[in-house]
Amino acid sequence: MLAFDFFGATEGGLFDINATLPLMAIQVVALTYILNSLFFKPVGNVVEKREKFVSNNIMDAKNKLSEVEKLEADLLSQLQSARSEAQKIVSEAENESDKLYKEALELANNEANASKEKARLEIENQTSSARDQLFKQADELSELIVNRLILEK
Amino acid sequence: MFLNCLPTNFAALEVGQHLYWQIGNIRLHGQVFLTSWILLGALLVFISLGTKKMENDPKGLQNLLEFLWDYIRDLARTQIGEKVYRDWMPFIGTLFLFVFVSNWGGALIPWRLIKLPSGELGAPTADINTTIALALLVSLSYFYAGLSNKGWRYFEYYVHPTPIMLPFKILEDFTKPLSLSFRLFGNILADELVVGVLVFLVPLVLPIPVMFLGLFTSAIQALIFATLAAYYIGEAVEEHH
Repeated sequence: MLAFDFFGATEGGLFDINATLPLMAIQVVALTYILNSLFFKPVGNVVEKREKFVSNNIMDAKNKLSEVEKLEADLLSQLQSARSEAQKIVSEAENESDKLYKEALELANNEANASKEKARLEIENQTSSARDQLFKQADELSELIVNRLILEK
Repeated sequence: MFLNCLPTNFAALEVGQHLYWQIGNIRLHGQVFLTSWILLGALLVFISLGTKKMENDPKGLQNLLEFLWDYIRDLARTQIGEKVYRDWMPFIGTLFLFVFVSNWGGALIPWRLIKLPSGELGAPTADINTTIALALLVSLSYFYAGLSNKGWRYFEYYVHPTPIMLPFKILEDFTKPLSLSFRLFGNILADELVVGVLVFLVPLVLPIPVMFLGLFTSAIQALIFATLAAYYIGEAVEEHH
């Protein structure tokens, strides 16, 4: 027995090492086994199960999120292509209607010009024929006047 | 010596006296076992209450125990490493809980109200036998951890950077348990003595801050003991490249 005469103690002392040591060691080892089956294992099981559950859920959510993002990108590109196609169709239709309008306008203009020309020609003809007739009548009248004057004299 | 001049009937300063139990021809320090049984009994009751009905959605005591478990796991994992910390977590956790419960139990419970024929009840960790027992268990553990994980290659550790380290590493095997046991023993005993002397000199307000300091020291010592034990085991199982 290691016994120091310490602080005046006649027996024992602070550094009195005896069978307490191995028995305490055995007690701690026993406590380790007891705590392992009573505390560390059951709590560990619950905590690790939950951690697994949480990490699985997070992974699931991440997968779903990436899927959603992919779908979103897909839809966006589809939308974009549809939009550009619609724009193309609209501009084509505009061009066509423009062309049709121009053609119709030209046609109408031509027609109008032609009928104007015809009317002008007709008017000219009529004017000239009327003038001819006028001249003829004037001639007849003047001849008549002349004849009468000559005959009376 | 100064303490010898104090009145001999004053129980607070019964230093180095023990309640001896004689079983056959072996002698035990009875007060150490009495307090450790009371405290460990309380700990086991507390733990069984907390783990009685485990739920996936923790409530009350289970929450506290899970926090404790997580704390011990982090301690073991950071010191020992991802690979083998699971094997050693119960041991490290038991060391932490035992030292913590002993230190705080010794500081918080007014043991002095219970009169013993000889000696007095106190923190089990204020007895050198307890701390040496714990320290030797740590030594055995790290040897076992090293040998079981690496076989004879464990002894490469002794000559690891250079063979010059060999005597120092051998010396370390002796200083590790020595420092572990004396650090814990000295801190807890000193705390009890300081509180005892202060209570004797100024029994009113003055000892209270020292008592709080003692609680702080006690918790820190438990953490230090468990961390160092885990560190030694981690050192033994670490692979050198």
